[in-house]
Amino acid sequence: MLLSLFIILPLLTALAVLFCKGLKQVRMISLMGTSVQFVFSFGLLYEYWKERASGNRAQFLFEMNASWFDPLHIHYHIGIDGISLSMILLTAFVVIAGVLVSWTQETLNKEFFFLLLILSAGAYGYFISLDLFTLFFFLELAVIPKFLLIGIWGSGKKEYSAMKLALMLMAGSALVFVGLMGLYFNTSINGAHSFDLVEISQMQISNSAQNTFFPLAFIGFGIFAALFPFHTWVPDGHSSAPTAASMFLAGISMKLGGYGCLRVATYLMPEAAHHYSPVIILLSTVAIIYGAFATMMQKDLKYINAYSSVSHCGFVLLGIGMLTQTSITGAVLQMVSHGLMTALFFAAIGMIYSRTHTRLTEQLGGLLKVIPFISTVFVIAGLCSLGLPGLSGFVAEMTIFMGSWQNPDQWYRLATILACASIVVTAVYILRATGKSLMGPIHNFQYNHLADAGWNERLAAGILITGIVAIGVAPFWLYYLITPGTEYIIQHVGKAITLK
Amino acid sequence: MSPYFFVMLVPLLPLVSFCILGLFGRKYIKTTSGTLGVISLFISALLSLYTAYRYFFIDGKVNGIYQHIIALKYTWLQFSPRVSIDMGILLDPISVMMIVIVSFISLMVHIFSLGYMKGEERFAIYYAFLSLFTFSMLGLVLSSNIFQIYIFWELVGISSFLLIGFYFENPSAVTASNKAFIVTRFADFGFLIGILILAFYSGTLDFGTLIERLTTAGSSQYIDIHSATFLGASMLTWGLGLVFIGGAGKSAMFPLHIWLPDAMEGPTPVSALIHAATMVVAGVFLVARLFPVFSIDLTVLQIVTWVGAFSALFAAVVACTQTDIKRVLAFSTMSQIGFMMFSLGVSKYGGESGLGYTGSMFHLFTHAFFKSLLFLGAGAVIHFAHTNDIRDLGGLRKLMPVTHLSFLIACLAIAGIPPFSGFFSKEDILMAAYHSDKIIYAIAVLTSALTAFYMFRLYYSVFWKRDIHLHDKNHEEGTLSMRLTLVILAVCTAFAGFVPVSSWITSDGAPLESHIDIVFSVFPVLMALTGIGLATYLYKTENRRPQIITSAFGSLYRAAYRKFYIDELYLFITRKIIFNGIGRPAAWFDKNIVDGFMNGLATTTAKISGLIKGLQSGKVQNYALYFFGGIIALAVLFIYVLNY
Repeated sequence: MLLSLFIILPLLTALAVLFCKGLKQVRMISLMGTSVQFVFSFGLLYEYWKERASGNRAQFLFEMNASWFDPLHIHYHIGIDGISLSMILLTAFVVIAGVLVSWTQETLNKEFFFLLLILSAGAYGYFISLDLFTLFFFLELAVIPKFLLIGIWGSGKKEYSAMKLALMLMAGSALVFVGLMGLYFNTSINGAHSFDLVEISQMQISNSAQNTFFPLAFIGFGIFAALFPFHTWVPDGHSSAPTAASMFLAGISMKLGGYGCLRVATYLMPEAAHHYSPVIILLSTVAIIYGAFATMMQKDLKYINAYSSVSHCGFVLLGIGMLTQTSITGAVLQMVSHGLMTALFFAAIGMIYSRTHTRLTEQLGGLLKVIPFISTVFVIAGLCSLGLPGLSGFVAEMTIFMGSWQNPDQWYRLATILACASIVVTAVYILRATGKSLMGPIHNFQYNHLADAGWNERLAAGILITGIVAIGVAPFWLYYLITPGTEYIIQHVGKAITLK
Repeated sequence: MSPYFFVMLVPLLPLVSFCILGLFGRKYIKTTSGTLGVISLFISALLSLYTAYRYFFIDGKVNGIYQHIIALKYTWLQFSPRVSIDMGILLDPISVMMIVIVSFISLMVHIFSLGYMKGEERFAIYYAFLSLFTFSMLGLVLSSNIFQIYIFWELVGISSFLLIGFYFENPSAVTASNKAFIVTRFADFGFLIGILILAFYSGTLDFGTLIERLTTAGSSQYIDIHSATFLGASMLTWGLGLVFIGGAGKSAMFPLHIWLPDAMEGPTPVSALIHAATMVVAGVFLVARLFPVFSIDLTVLQIVTWVGAFSALFAAVVACTQTDIKRVLAFSTMSQIGFMMFSLGVSKYGGESGLGYTGSMFHLFTHAFFKSLLFLGAGAVIHFAHTNDIRDLGGLRKLMPVTHLSFLIACLAIAGIPPFSGFFSKEDILMAAYHSDKIIYAIAVLTSALTAFYMFRLYYSVFWKRDIHLHDKNHEEGTLSMRLTLVILAVCTAFAGFVPVSSWITSDGAPLESHIDIVFSVFPVLMALTGIGLATYLYKTENRRPQIITSAFGSLYRAAYRKFYIDELYLFITRKIIFNGIGRPAAWFDKNIVDGFMNGLATTTAKISGLIKGLQSGKVQNYALYFFGGIIALAVLFIYVLNY
């Protein structure tokens, strides 16, 4: 029941928003709803630790299993392990920050906050599902509102971007769906098929079925996680989306993909994961280094962050593809880290854009002097992106490097070295962006009178920075949260090799 | 709990001061920020001195050998059951010496800045960054784990970035700070891969275990790392070589030195900190930290030697031609760091043959004093005369007596004139080079003669030559805090050579009998005196001799003045090759090919649907036609083609 609250609460808040009058009520209700989620996610963390401390070593905690649609064996089966819990925490952080930065959203505010809350319900539901069909249901729930958010409240060529994003993500969902169906029809329990993740993980699915359906599921989820070459929705989608939607999109949506790649594709089809791991590594390495180089030449701050997200999400897939415990743990760390960091980045960009009405680096300049708080936030996000120790990005990337290096194969080594090289390229584009837009002399004298961040923006940035620093300075708590989950996955994957 | 637990406070105090100043300095603390920074550093420096006293005189030595003491250790990040990043404090002779140097020099810089940075709008932020820099460097030297050192290594990089770019309204400061960060980041990439290699083969990240496993001949790790080869070199060579690249980047060794001269864009006291105690000595320290492992791989030692020696000579030649007072000092730093590097390279592990190691650390120690003194003196000059071009300076000896005298002492020390501190440390280095490789020795002596020459060229150009006329005559020679630090550092510079470093810091921990070989010293000192004499002849009074000499050297002079076009080469590589050759094509490829394909897919789908939408016209007779057409086609297919 505890877990179901994470779906019920956002939905209730969303309903309440519909009955509000005026912007003030809408945003108060939204803030209250998301604050309760925020507090609840910490309550869940506390409960989780308490369970683990009392010696409960089950793979999933707080499980609940109710039949949903019996003829097809669809169950409402939920439960969490450390990996899903860290994703829930991430969602809670990003959602509350997203509501705070949208504080002054005037046009169609009711609908805007309604959609944001529906999105968060979808994300929470996705992360707690242990039934493939339920999981898919929530995945869809998290996609559709984004189309509207971009199409209605976006900027620039928003119709094109919204359409592109929706079509590509729908294509991804379609692939996922086929992959899941393939899995479903290759399972059998007492003559019946099953969607249950825990049950499927305990049976042996034939290699041929795995090899057919793994690519479908992996690419399908991979599209969400900006898998090269299916990443092109990222730059356009992000740049047209309103600030809060960008934060959701990069902070949470892309993590839906990474989580799916790990939890569904890799975990349920371990032999195929081994079979295809060279391909995954190739594509993710290309994404990392190519995304970084493509970022270097961007002039729009949102494009810079969007392309850098392609590069950073490449690390997630690289970590998964390397199939060692350390690298998979690193992939999860990177998901959390990137979620917080990129949300912070988009928040800062949004704050700059709402004041200067431009995101082009050459038109900005000298902002550090006039809006020091916002600029500092931007710099902190940038430093996290380039992997400064003490911030979360460093921890995640280093864990992935360390994990990847454990595979002594020369090609895997080469991929690791190339991935490491991206730390230099990242430094180049981050410093170019900050140098051009924040430092130097002020080009536009109207900027002399810009107002620095308001309380809501300060609070939003503060929440996200707290998360980033908490991971960066003391990574062990998150690490110990995640490792039991990755241990199960890696045991499963390891068992696959010995069976062969 | 270790009795050295309190050493934790040495880096933590600056960190606390950074956090307080960074969060509240701008609004609430303001001008008292400086005092806060100075107090925290003062306590830090006292604790370091106490640590040194206790380590060297009371309980550091067991059975005649200085021990490695782990004062603190806790697991920060567990990569796998065996491999973890620990945050720890490792005390051994070099780390104890380094915390004394870092905290003391940083304290001097903190005090000097009270006067130098007075009235600066972002005074509190400046002190916050100084504290962060000091914290990072203290953490670096105390690291007990190779990954911990990498963490602080990166923090040193970012603090230097923040301080070099402190005057961020100035585009050249932004460029310089970016350059410093990116060049060192590039080197850190090598360092990171090096760490991965060493960690993989030794199965640990802990310094003590790593060194023990890789140096014990016959241990499985030792055999593994020697037998695994790549492109003809063993993995040990690769690992150490890559680690050395990291060190060379931070220590501004050729060809990764290009960031150092530009780093003077930061406030001058910051340059003193970067050049004397933090950042640039990090590379030397890293090699010294891993020296037992380096000493078993002769290939890498050769690389270290030659990179160091070449950098020393190269920088000395360039320094002879520069006209910016801070640029001359920057190249002199590069040259002196080169001395420390090749001194490590010619050294061996243990006993008398480990003299190079001792000399290198000794030189690091004395260099910290005279180089910070030189930079702070230069800062006082710039503060006074508002220019850093030596062509606009001259005759300041009467106007700035304190600065003049302290600068002179520093110049004599760096030139290696007895009894000033630089003489003693340089003698050890030259001796070690002489016993190892005569060519290196020749380069070293030539470089020290050049050093004496360009330092006195600078000295005469600033303090003698001609009298400049300042507009306001009532100008003070800096504030009390500035003069005070100069005097303290001058005293240290004059007497630091008498510190018995060789009986404390040796490659294997056993004290070394130190002695000065007077006969050996005569030649290098004579060479240095010749350099000084030449500088006196050319620059003491205003005359035309320098012009004659420069025109005689012609293109060589121009090339040296332009720093042998290394910067231009880098610019070419970054702008033409990386930006235009890789970055732009990647961006174009993404927009037009990858995305174009996706868009093409969408338009094709739309077109096809446009083509076939006529099929669903809603007219029954058309449907009937398709229906019968289909049946006939199927019938033909089954009967004639598939032969059912």
